[in-house]
Amino acid sequence: MTLRSWIATALVATCSTALPAWADTFVFTAIPDQDERRLNERFGKVADYLADELGVDVDYIPVKSYPAAVSAFRNNQVQMAWFGGLTGVQARQLVPGSQAIAQGEEDTAFKTYFVAHESTGLEPTDTLTDALRDRSFTFGSKGSTSGRLMPEYYLREQFGQAPEQLFSRVGFSGDHSRTIALVESGAYDIGAVNYAVWEAEVEAGEVDTDAVQVIWETPAYPDYQWTLRGDADARFGDGFTQRVQQALLNMTDPDLLAAFPRSGFIPAENADYAPIERTAVTIGIMDAQ
Amino acid sequence: MTARALPRDTGALRRTTGLFIVLALLCLPWADIAVHTLAPGRELGRLAQGLLWPQWPTVRTLGEAIASTLAFAFQGVALGAAAGFGLALLYRLRAVRWFAASLRAVHELFWALLFIQLFGLSALAGVLAIAVPYAGIFAKVYGELFEETDPAPRRALPTQTSRLSSLVFTTLPQAWPHMAAYTRYRLECGIRSSAVLGFIGLPTLGYHLESLLRQGFYAEAAPFFYALLLLIATQHRWCRGWLIPALLLAAVWWLPPVAPVNGTLIWQFLTHDIVPAPLRSGTDALPWLMDLWHGQLWPGLINTLVLAMLSLVVMGLLGVILFPAVSKLFGNRWTRGAGHGVLVVLRSLPEYLLAFIALILLGPSMLPAIIALGLHNGAIIGHLIGQYSNTLILREDAARGMNRYFFEVLPRQFRLFLAFSLYRFETVIRETAILGMLGIPTIGFFIDSAFAEFRFDRAVLLLAASAVLNIGVDALARHTRRRLYLRRTVQVC
Repeated sequence: MTLRSWIATALVATCSTALPAWADTFVFTAIPDQDERRLNERFGKVADYLADELGVDVDYIPVKSYPAAVSAFRNNQVQMAWFGGLTGVQARQLVPGSQAIAQGEEDTAFKTYFVAHESTGLEPTDTLTDALRDRSFTFGSKGSTSGRLMPEYYLREQFGQAPEQLFSRVGFSGDHSRTIALVESGAYDIGAVNYAVWEAEVEAGEVDTDAVQVIWETPAYPDYQWTLRGDADARFGDGFTQRVQQALLNMTDPDLLAAFPRSGFIPAENADYAPIERTAVTIGIMDAQ
Repeated sequence: MTARALPRDTGALRRTTGLFIVLALLCLPWADIAVHTLAPGRELGRLAQGLLWPQWPTVRTLGEAIASTLAFAFQGVALGAAAGFGLALLYRLRAVRWFAASLRAVHELFWALLFIQLFGLSALAGVLAIAVPYAGIFAKVYGELFEETDPAPRRALPTQTSRLSSLVFTTLPQAWPHMAAYTRYRLECGIRSSAVLGFIGLPTLGYHLESLLRQGFYAEAAPFFYALLLLIATQHRWCRGWLIPALLLAAVWWLPPVAPVNGTLIWQFLTHDIVPAPLRSGTDALPWLMDLWHGQLWPGLINTLVLAMLSLVVMGLLGVILFPAVSKLFGNRWTRGAGHGVLVVLRSLPEYLLAFIALILLGPSMLPAIIALGLHNGAIIGHLIGQYSNTLILREDAARGMNRYFFEVLPRQFRLFLAFSLYRFETVIRETAILGMLGIPTIGFFIDSAFAEFRFDRAVLLLAASAVLNIGVDALARHTRRRLYLRRTVQVC
């Protein structure tokens, strides 16, 4: 789908809520957590799969950033999204009635890896040590769960300090692929990266593992999930929410699952993400409701 | 330029220049200047390789990006010019002048972030993001043009002549040529702004440039880069006459400026989302405000000012160094050709894009921002001074080379140089704020964070603070210009 037609489709899709006679297209997006050139390739196939399963037109639209995915969901330009833990919590707070319907099997116990450039001399450890102090550090996107929220939480817990005080320099790379590239090039000493993206990229041979290695991993936390707007049934027919959920749970084609990358989907609900919300309030990037 | 006799004393000029340089030096200890990539040379090599061997996208992708870039620019500038014209008619009123100043004090990227919240990622959001700040700029420029018209024809009209007739038959005919020239020039700025809007997700050239550059796919980014350069550099050649209304119509056809308007969401945004959190929940607002002040406002404002002062001095230095490259008083046809080429490239590329590239090459610090702002604005100053220096008449036996530069041309152009530099001050401040979106902790960095956290109350407060800063700097620069008798009006984006 080209960008211009996306704006047009989004318009039609949104206008059509007022005019139910129009043919409805079910539109979804995903947070751009990896190489943006491959987004269409990754999620286009998922759109085709969902269209077959649901019997409605389904479109995937790419967005530029994590907040843009949430904004599109809020404005009903997309009715469903593959969110991270934090973006999902933000989106469900902004769109009352929306619900988390499925998560990846890996998402019940997700992890963040801290990766370091070899010039730092940092070696893998079980606990965070003072050796990290005064290094430069990059998160992923400001709205990322695995790239920002959880690593910041564990840093604050261990050191009792904000990252800005702990490190000589703190950056936000924008996405996980970029975090890996920045640490690999030595622009930052340490980075926090989504473990699934790291392992997928290492396996694909895209990481120079002589230059950068994993030095620590966080405890497990819930992460990515599919979130659907609460008004989906009213618009696409009764039971639509269940059918979408079932279609996601039935997804077994490894080729499709590689887009996420996950081994399969399991049911999820909003309450699963309460720890994420609490953490966001604790580190001060969300106001308590 | 007014024919007023300039005072002979140049001490004030020297003192002002000295003051700016001293202020910049004082800022140095607070500036975060460092190179953080281990191998900037290697990255630079990859960039050069990518630019030399571009990898072409499909004609459709490139064509759509160009069309959308132009569509946002034409519609935004047209709407901005119309609204600005309306405001200019009332420019005598102080309230209107303040209103226009506050519209233009907020950068188009920030307007876009706001409008995307209201209208989704839609054509309307992009058009308004350009139109609103440009309306403020047009109001000022048109308003000043109206004021500068000769009052004699107006006085000659019969006393009962209506305001409208007076405008149409006396003021407009005088101001029209300047208005048309300025509006056409503004289109060039519009193309640049439109491209930059792509960085936050609108489907312009910047959309592809940002993704590809950020991920280091330089060869794939190169065609979009060249397209932008070509559009801006050749704009004054093809954008004229009947083609302008034709292109405007085509722009409306290509991207109709409509949006899914959701009344409830907009109402909620205006009455709930932007109300400070403590007021919504009924808690004490002071801790919230102090927190924001210590954590974001104060460091953001300081970093913005430090970056602006340093960039201003770098800009000035580059300006005086670069102008001989395009002046007929120096060099030969070939050196001038090369000089023009370099200056056009630097002028055409948005600062945001230059900073982005410098950031990739040099790693995160204030340095890439200083380089980007200095280069872009320095090239503009160099170009302007170069052009004006061509009007100087030298004696037959005037010195040549360095002596001509230091003892003849530079002193005679210095007043002009200072005037232009002060004009750029406001632009530099505006741009420093948005460079925050690249991670340089200016106030724009915190505005971007507030949007990413969906805390619009904070975003609006920070935006207001940056607007006040802009207006203040603009007032200061205007005051300084007046005190130094630098009355030349020049508007560049």
